Amino acid sequence: MPEVRRGPDRLAALALWGIALGVMGTLGWILVDLLRFGLGGVSWSFLTEAPRDAGRAGGIGPILVSTVWILAVSLVVAVPLGVGCAAYLAEWAPTGAPLGRAVRRSLDLLAAVPSIVFGLFGMVFFSQILGLGFSILAGGLTLACMVLPILIRATEAGFRSAPQELRRGAAALGLSRGAALRHLLLPAAVPGLVVGLVLGIGRALAETAALIFTSGYVTRMPSSLLDSGRALSVHIYDLAMNVPGGEGNAYATALVLIVLLMAINGTASWAAEAWLGKGWTR
Amino acid sequence: MAAGAVVLLIVAFLIRESVPALSTIGIGRFLHDPSWHPAGEASAGTFNLVPMLVGTLYLSLGALLLAVPAGVASAVFCQFYAPGRVAAVYRRSMELLAGVPSVVYGFWGLVTLVPLIRRLEPPGQSLLAGILILALMVLPTVALTAVAALAAVPRSYLQGAAALGLGRWATARRVALPAALPGILSGALLAAARAVGETMAVLMVCGNLVQVPSSLFDPVRALTANIALEMGYATAQHRSALFVSGLVLIVVIALLMALVERWGERADA
Repeated sequence: MPEVRRGPDRLAALALWGIALGVMGTLGWILVDLLRFGLGGVSWSFLTEAPRDAGRAGGIGPILVSTVWILAVSLVVAVPLGVGCAAYLAEWAPTGAPLGRAVRRSLDLLAAVPSIVFGLFGMVFFSQILGLGFSILAGGLTLACMVLPILIRATEAGFRSAPQELRRGAAALGLSRGAALRHLLLPAAVPGLVVGLVLGIGRALAETAALIFTSGYVTRMPSSLLDSGRALSVHIYDLAMNVPGGEGNAYATALVLIVLLMAINGTASWAAEAWLGKGWTR
Repeated sequence: MAAGAVVLLIVAFLIRESVPALSTIGIGRFLHDPSWHPAGEASAGTFNLVPMLVGTLYLSLGALLLAVPAGVASAVFCQFYAPGRVAAVYRRSMELLAGVPSVVYGFWGLVTLVPLIRRLEPPGQSLLAGILILALMVLPTVALTAVAALAAVPRSYLQGAAALGLGRWATARRVALPAALPGILSGALLAAARAVGETMAVLMVCGNLVQVPSSLFDPVRALTANIALEMGYATAQHRSALFVSGLVLIVVIALLMALVERWGERADA
């Protein structure tokens, strides 16, 4: 039996505590910076006013509105597609079926495609070929492609969490599979859908690269879906890179974005744990 | 089915748009042309993607070199060393770190990290800045998958180690880590995929000069940043060349994902 050496043990403990503290410290550093330089800029008028002087002064009112519209478009498109696809994967495709496997694999790939490639695709396909130009519609459609995998994964988990008795009962009553799906399983899958929805909103809200060249840069209040509208994240990018002296408002906008995201992600993990059980992970 | 269609649509589209570049320019010129001046006709422009490929490679490798040890250490800390409450707080903050959008990382790097590096060695916007920010961004991916892998190590292994009188460090290093290795590796591959595909943060802190960097303090331009910078005004051959780089990114990431699946299956067996 080897003798127990305490030296390396203590050294390792020290090193691990050090690394952990370093990581926590860096996270703290970022958050404290955001609070310290951003909190002063956030006020009711900041949230409602239009930006002035290329964003150095004024607020983010129209940008918030554009962001909401972009999100709305992407969800309106992605939800029906996502629910349909999830229903197919969970209820029709047997786990080993080639088509189900192919769809699942392409979903995994889609989830890993870098956002800038979505941006490139969206710019050429939606903006140029379909002629939507730089518009909220083009940006929303591009984001819809991006959030599909998240939405489908969560909704599928929702379908799978529906008790087997529902399916047997429906079959015993002579209901067709479609009817069973619509009346029994879909309601049962709603929690999964909600989780996916919230996670999808989180991903869409954080997205920048896919939006710069699809929904564009314009800071005016959008008057239709075909107008260009600047999202929050694009605003931060523009202020940081292209507007000297824009840091103050960039900090404030970043703070608003982070608070929104924390609220959304918090809701998502709470809902996932409450409704889908512990075993469900992204 | 719809999602499958979307993926196929994207890939088909990328290939269709890349074809003009691949056929008239050819793969060779992407590697051997004297420089990257893609505007104009195929005969006039030059299309050397090597600086961008090298930039992406250095950035991702550097970030992994930092993030994998730190992430695995974080996971060991959570599972073996931290008292219960500290471990829970640590895991929460990892999730928080994972939720910070990349543009915020980029912004923070630009206003905080870049000036610090500039004081060390100008110009500040550099390979080093990109590596540090990327490492921070992929750290949660490594750490959270490693925590999950360590948590899945059978209790009997740990009890056996305790029965042999092994200390905490020996248990973690000789018993738990080898058993969790497949999970940790797939976490590292996922992190690599994320690092390769990251755009905004890299675009904001790396300076974006088209050159093969000779030191950590040189500015670099990643493949993703190249697409983001030029797609707004690219036309004809130039645009097609950007689609080629998009295709390269997807292929690299698909390969990484395939490896993850390989490792995942082996872990199940």
